[in-house]
Amino acid sequence: MDLSSINIGILTIIGLLGIGFYGLLACRNLIKIVIALQILVKAALLGFVTAANISGKVNLGQSMAITVIVADTVVAVVGMALAIQVRRRMGTLDVKKLSNLRG
Amino acid sequence: MINLVLFFAILTGAIQSIRSKRLIHSAIWLAGVSAMLSIFFFKMGANQVAVIELSVGAGLVTVLFIFAIGVAGEEAITARPIIPRVLTLGLVTIFLVLLVWFIFPPSTTVSLTPEPSLSTVLWEERGLDVLAQIVLIFAGVLGLLGLLAEAKPPLDQPMAQEFIVKRQEGLAELVRESDQSAPGSHLPEEPERLGEHDSVKEVSYP
Repeated sequence: MDLSSINIGILTIIGLLGIGFYGLLACRNLIKIVIALQILVKAALLGFVTAANISGKVNLGQSMAITVIVADTVVAVVGMALAIQVRRRMGTLDVKKLSNLRG
Repeated sequence: MINLVLFFAILTGAIQSIRSKRLIHSAIWLAGVSAMLSIFFFKMGANQVAVIELSVGAGLVTVLFIFAIGVAGEEAITARPIIPRVLTLGLVTIFLVLLVWFIFPPSTTVSLTPEPSLSTVLWEERGLDVLAQIVLIFAGVLGLLGLLAEAKPPLDQPMAQEFIVKRQEGLAELVRESDQSAPGSHLPEEPERLGEHDSVKEVSYP
């Protein structure tokens, strides 16, 4: 694994983090917010694997990445279930309208 | 060269998944990002993580998203974002500049000790992580069941309704049987009353 590949990996992490944070701040749709969260977690995954490559401990990085994948999937599932229930009960996925509802 | 292509493909997919107006397109772009990332992981030597990311990230999570979008429905939100776009871009830019400043250049201190296999690391060194994953999966399933359950009041439960219907049927049958045996027989008999011609016998004692 050469240095330029590591640099490209780090640049990808930074790019994904920026896009994920922009999506979290700018999106109003609840499902889009979950998608932005997924992008952030993918950046974290790449971070683990890249750090494992830099330090030479690939298997340790892989085991942590597997843990992150499991947690990320559970978060996505629960987020989707929340979005479905919010849509059923409130009739909208717009977070601005949801925050204005009174009970 | 391939790394550069992957870099641009991943970022393009991520940007398009945020920018797409339709949620289905966003989900498919996210699946593309997962697929490109799994290729990146293969190139970095993390083969097992690449396989898991491809099957879970590009497969399972995409199917879940499409199912949820199908159930919840597409909602076109044309209103402006809550935080102004200029402010959002400014904040993200500041964050990224600080990140680049702290990270680059990355220090390359390679470990000299031989590394154990993935199974040894996963089950022996990170056993607690595996236990936490199992607990997390159970908690996620319970949370999902709780979130998607529909609450009904007690008398609307199927078993209670069944009991109420049976009881009503039983009462109606009792009324029918008593009507059939004697009309009006369901009314209690009136006690006999002594009339004028009835006399009380005198009993004599020795």
